Amino acid sequence: MIITIAGVKKEVAEGIRVTDLIYSEKIESPEYVSVSINDDFVLREAFDATIVQEEDVVEFLYFMGGGSNC
Amino acid sequence: MAFTNDQLERYSRHIILKEVGAKGQKKLLNGKVLIIGAGGLGAPVAMYLAAAGVGTIGIADADEVDLSNLQRQIIHATKDVGKAKVKSAKETMNEMNPDVTVNTYRTYVNSENIMDLIKDYDFIIDGTDNFPAKFLINDACVMAKKPFSHAGIIRFQGQLMTYVPGKGPCYRCVFKNPPPKDAVPTCKQAGVIGAMGGVIGSLQAMEAIKYLLGIGDLLTGYLLTYDALTMNFRKIKLPGAAKDCGVCGEHPTITELIDYEQKVCEG
Repeated sequence: MIITIAGVKKEVAEGIRVTDLIYSEKIESPEYVSVSINDDFVLREAFDATIVQEEDVVEFLYFMGGGSNC
Repeated sequence: MAFTNDQLERYSRHIILKEVGAKGQKKLLNGKVLIIGAGGLGAPVAMYLAAAGVGTIGIADADEVDLSNLQRQIIHATKDVGKAKVKSAKETMNEMNPDVTVNTYRTYVNSENIMDLIKDYDFIIDGTDNFPAKFLINDACVMAKKPFSHAGIIRFQGQLMTYVPGKGPCYRCVFKNPPPKDAVPTCKQAGVIGAMGGVIGSLQAMEAIKYLLGIGDLLTGYLLTYDALTMNFRKIKLPGAAKDCGVCGEHPTITELIDYEQKVCEG
């Protein structure tokens, strides 16, 4: 099935869970990424139980520090 | 308040813009912005806001200028190594524009001082590098109903979002809780391309200026991300404010500010 990940259409396996998608997309610091699907946040506790659907729009949101050097 | 001839000339490129005009320039001169962190992000923000004639700029940072800062923290110069960052920043800003009052706060922000620091300012800039400070700034701004610009930079990437009370999600809606210490790489560990602070910090300055002028659309409800290697800018639409957000949600569980464990400062 085709979904949109970070603005790019991509073929993924039917029934893929958010947890698997985080793994297959090689997300850095996967335990700290935030995920939204179709403009809703997916709770981290729900990553395992959430199945990505055809045409879903998935965004990965990353912690980013930077700025004042301390 | 009438403009002097020098001011008319200094701000002529602003005043000629129909979205700014003399009225807008006066708004800037009456504006008050607090910049937390005088580093890679705070440096360009402070310089552009000073140049723009934002009348009162506060700058908070406890650190001293280190030689390793100068690759990106363009408000400081080689002669400033060892000097308090807030002092060095103030000197540069005063030289750039004598119209600007620069208030310096040589301190780390914490749960004890942040409400007092932000209370007199119209807009807050998060130019900090660590997550305890980022969450503290978010929570304090939500509680005090202050708008702020969040930003982060690392390697060849940067991102920013703007929080305005009552409009869109806060930083905690998106990121919930700070990651454990050292779980997410910092610039010191991972590196950052110097100009990234310039790109993202200038965008933060732009958000502050638009907020003060009351023009255009802010990055409320959006996370703007930038990848320098691919030159992709993405304006990612964020979900609305989370009803279950600990600080801005319908039933906040965070009603007092939290000092999360601070990363040990290695200068």
